[in-house]
Amino acid sequence: MGKPPFERVVSLHGAVVLRVCRAVLGAHDAEDAWSETFLSALKAYPELPADAKVQAWLVTIAHRKAIDIVRARQRQALPMDELPPRESPLGIPGGGHPEVLDAVGQLPPKQRQAVAYHYLAGLPYKDVSELLGVTPEAARRAGADGVKALRAALAETPRPALKGTSR
Amino acid sequence: MKDSQMDTGPLLPDGLFAGLTEPAPGTLERLHDRLAAAAAGRQLIDVSYRTVDSPLGRLLLAATERGLVRVAFALEDHDAVLQALADKLSPRILEAPSRLDNAARQLEEYFAGTRRSFEVPLDFALSRGFRLSVLEHLPHIAYGSTESYADVAKAAGSPKAVRAVGSACANNPLPVVVPCHRVVRSDGSFGGYLGGPEAKRILLALEAA
Repeated sequence: MGKPPFERVVSLHGAVVLRVCRAVLGAHDAEDAWSETFLSALKAYPELPADAKVQAWLVTIAHRKAIDIVRARQRQALPMDELPPRESPLGIPGGGHPEVLDAVGQLPPKQRQAVAYHYLAGLPYKDVSELLGVTPEAARRAGADGVKALRAALAETPRPALKGTSR
Repeated sequence: MKDSQMDTGPLLPDGLFAGLTEPAPGTLERLHDRLAAAAAGRQLIDVSYRTVDSPLGRLLLAATERGLVRVAFALEDHDAVLQALADKLSPRILEAPSRLDNAARQLEEYFAGTRRSFEVPLDFALSRGFRLSVLEHLPHIAYGSTESYADVAKAAGSPKAVRAVGSACANNPLPVVVPCHRVVRSDGSFGGYLGGPEAKRILLALEAA
């Protein structure tokens, strides 16, 4: 038996990729990044080795698409892997805790990416470091600093229901 | 398709990302539809599919660029059928109903008794050789009439290949549309059917009405 139908890839990984795109780009651009990611993935899918880790592959594509989108938005050239801080973060339409997304958006880009790729997508720090072009130690530090900063930011504005499940 | 939980990796303590884990209801469905439309526009889908409800239960319809390539009964297990299409044709498979709107509408008319023949392009990519000759003959059996396996063997050019006609019908990738249900035993009994004997009875009764 070969690779599953691509439809199955979308149903298995669509939610995780969306979460990563929202954390990295914010809710506003996340849907464009999601669409571009799965279009690219569909195109390349027949050539993907059968034993490849599909989720990590998708996150790698999403990372590149996020950079493309930021570049297109900025017009002027940015360093390849830099995301700007988000000046006016938008909430998650229709649900969730916008303030969590806001807090993620206030992190420096490397921390935001490290938190998204490691904690949301489950990539090992070795893979995160390759995506970000930094050492594994630097990736690990960015992730840990990001989580620490997030916790501090959220503690400043006390709110209900940050523990446990959201619904 | 069923979801199974993949590795979610290290979980943040304190449910820190609880608010990020659930998209608004309907978001992923909407994104899926947008993806299907964009992928169809860029000709990135090798096999589109959708399901339709029918008196024979839920049917899977799948099409390539060339035409309808597969009709499958629930009995055949739609997930298994899609995996077989991925293996034999291409894994670039998406649920994309628009390419199949025409076939779905014609099937609906057929089951309502207002359509007697199908006018949709067919892709016989899943069949070859003698089986293909058999399938190409079947649409010539008129609505409401039947032929025996021996008749079909003769028409397909191999009068002795009666059993091979049986296996060609049993492996028809396009049941209902390519009417293998109109092939019955010489003694008039129905013979087998890949959608089950009851499905064959329903189809012949529909056409006899």
